[in-house]
Amino acid sequence: MATQILMPALSPTMEEGTLAKWLVKEGDTVESGMIIAEIETDKATMEFEAVDEGVVGKILIAEGSEGVKVNEPIAVLLEEGEDASAAETTAPATTAEAPPAEPGPAATGIPALPASAASSAPDEPDLPEGTTFKTQTVREALRDGMSEEMRRDENVYLMGEEVAEYQGAYKISQGMLDEFGPKRVIDTPITEHGFTGLAVGAAFAGLRPIVEFMTFNFAMQAIDQIINSAAKTLYMSGGQMGCPIVFRGPNGAAARVGAQHSQDYAAWYAHIPGLKVVMPYSAADAKGLMKSAIRDPNPVLVLENEILYGRSFDVPDLDDHVVPIGKAKIWREGTDVTLVSFGIGMTYALEAADELAGMGISAEVIDLRSLRPIDYDTVLNSVKKTNRCVTIEEGFPVCSIGNHISATIMQQAFDYLDAPVINCAGKDVPMPYAANLEKLALVTTAEVIEAVKAVTYR
Amino acid sequence: MATAPKRKPRATKAAAAKKPAAKKKPNVSKEELLDHYREMLLIRRFEEKAGQLYGMGAIGGFCHLYIGQEAVVVGLEATAKEGDQRVTSYRDHGHMLACGMDPKGVMAELTGREGGYSRGKGGSMHMFSKEKNFYGGHGIVGAQVPIGAGLAFANWYRGNDNVSFAYYGDGSANQGQVYEAYNMASLWALPCVFVIENNQYAMGTSTKRSSVAPDLYTRGEAFGIPGEKVDGMDVLAVKAAGEKAVAHCRAGKGPYILEMKTYRYRGHSMSDPAKYRTREEVQKMREEKDPINHVRDMLIDGGHASDADLKEVDKEIKAIVNEAAKFAQESPEPAEAELWTDVYA
Ligand SMILES: Cc1ncc(C[n+]2csc(CCOP(=O)(O)OP(=O)(O)O)c2C)c(N)n1
Ligand SMILES: [Mg+2]
Repeated sequence: MATQILMPALSPTMEEGTLAKWLVKEGDTVESGMIIAEIETDKATMEFEAVDEGVVGKILIAEGSEGVKVNEPIAVLLEEGEDASAAETTAPATTAEAPPAEPGPAATGIPALPASAASSAPDEPDLPEGTTFKTQTVREALRDGMSEEMRRDENVYLMGEEVAEYQGAYKISQGMLDEFGPKRVIDTPITEHGFTGLAVGAAFAGLRPIVEFMTFNFAMQAIDQIINSAAKTLYMSGGQMGCPIVFRGPNGAAARVGAQHSQDYAAWYAHIPGLKVVMPYSAADAKGLMKSAIRDPNPVLVLENEILYGRSFDVPDLDDHVVPIGKAKIWREGTDVTLVSFGIGMTYALEAADELAGMGISAEVIDLRSLRPIDYDTVLNSVKKTNRCVTIEEGFPVCSIGNHISATIMQQAFDYLDAPVINCAGKDVPMPYAANLEKLALVTTAEVIEAVKAVTYR
Repeated sequence: MATAPKRKPRATKAAAAKKPAAKKKPNVSKEELLDHYREMLLIRRFEEKAGQLYGMGAIGGFCHLYIGQEAVVVGLEATAKEGDQRVTSYRDHGHMLACGMDPKGVMAELTGREGGYSRGKGGSMHMFSKEKNFYGGHGIVGAQVPIGAGLAFANWYRGNDNVSFAYYGDGSANQGQVYEAYNMASLWALPCVFVIENNQYAMGTSTKRSSVAPDLYTRGEAFGIPGEKVDGMDVLAVKAAGEKAVAHCRAGKGPYILEMKTYRYRGHSMSDPAKYRTREEVQKMREEKDPINHVRDMLIDGGHASDADLKEVDKEIKAIVNEAAKFAQESPEPAEAELWTDVYA
């Protein structure tokens, strides 16, 4: 029987792609393992191999077509001797679609914690009059931020696994080896604890390393060097010796990569005095915060997110777009409730605010951007206005950033609160692999809306 | 869950335990060769099917195929006896099939379904079987190596003569914890076979670009651990070396390192375009060194089997794999309550 060849998913995050090139034509015989097409995914151009053997009966999607959805039929394969008319009558191959997840109950714990690490950063300078914007992905913005700083300061270099010749496992350092050469864009062996310690030593000696972790899950191999060596040395040396270094890479869940590859470390690093921690959501902030992180004389963690890498935003078209560390950003003003989030959590916060507007609830949405130091003032001023607050993050709920924000609001703005603060967070379980369970484990827009309804007594 | 494909009992298994070392090429029987052929082919076809299901979106996340490396695990499993343990990385489907785990349960884990070995909660990289002494499936490069030494420690502690097999890649061989494990394993003479599956690449990094001394089997020298380089594309060479290593461990002489020279045909994972090597390099390996063709040739040339016999085996294996794929797509998703189970014992 004729079978349909479907647009393949060729990466964990691919939803559609470009059918760049057909390497076979109608009437050609294909064997299993033969390359039949080239497909551009969100990350790379991939060769697509035939699995079954047969004759190409019909090409359904012409080469050069963009936005071809995964699982869309792209060609029909006939068995040997089969007539081309069979191509008209094929049934599509079945696919596994997960049913939509039901929202679970929101977490509501509010432990009391002392507030610390307040930001005293200057306000973000207003953009110069007439600033134009260009559309960029977060991926491009991060690369531009690093490259601009490497042009500016020859002590800045990038090291990590697959950052040079492979152009980055997630293509963040694309083109950087070409521009800066192998001395400044360095492929390391797989030895996180070793190269992190080495970079800390280089920073002690006055260089400004950018260390890429392929993902932050692997930084756990190196966390001793990050905390015991990088974060504490300035203090232990009575201020003599600092560690100007950037640790960066994707943090948090990607898609279906299971428990050991899906963890949000925001709260872990934000816990440590001596570290600075930023977690950008937009491309403009990714670039501006990356530049600040590289210039900062302290160890700074830039927690990126794989799912956000491919999202596009407007980025100011300036020679030197810098965002100060320690300043939150109000994405949307509102009067009824304050939503506080950061990183990919902003996706849910902004989606929820849209839906809430339709229900007549006006939400103010704050992107913390920096988790250490934290811009408490922006949060407190907002809560004093709205009298209600919901926090949103992807990490585990116990000892979360949301817990800390809640404690601070309780201490500093208790009299203004009309309802307990609710923390929306990831569920208190390792990340499951199954599609339906993974959806349940992650924080959702629906949970945010439920929490807002609860704090506004609706 | 249905039973695993029928496996013929291996006459050599028990014998291997007592034999000190195989010096010359083992006198291999037709049954043995057919067994190896069948097991390697099962892995190959299973992986091809997994790749196909990934393309359809039925498998998500990361999926690392073992195609090309089949002889390593099949040859070594032929030297294992009841109670021996194994632990490996995320490139684990072949290891599970070779130690006798059910293809249906493995495939259903890949699709994240209730019928999977971890009831859908682990995925491709994280599968376990207490029954088969398969201790995972580890996503963190190098983490399985000290764990393998720990499994050997338990054997040493209990005073039995079981060994553990700790499999890891050429890239993983640069992790510091590997050497911490070597030191302890040697210090306490733990019965651990350290198996380096040197497929010449760690993602896009060739061994030449990650280490100055490319002979990974010599890296135990400083710890007094004997090591050997093995043609990992030749199942009989793997088995002979495995027998020697296992005998050394069972005799209480401490750990042993086997560096298997092998090759992966596919990208690192399903999303790797593999631009760091040429098509010709891959093609050459496939044509000249393929472990399955090698055994196939021995079967035919030795007059042990005809083309038609092997076609029959092919058909059998295809049926097992198709059945596994069907099961894996029909098995329901885990119940929502499963989200909260198994966090604590
Ligand atoms: C600690 C850690 N660092 C990085 C990674 C990402 N990563 C996964 S596999 C891999 C390459 C490993 O290569 P090798 O050990 O040769 O095994 P192979 O994939 O060739 O089987 C890398 C860098 C990881 N999973 N864990
Ligand atoms: Mg390798």
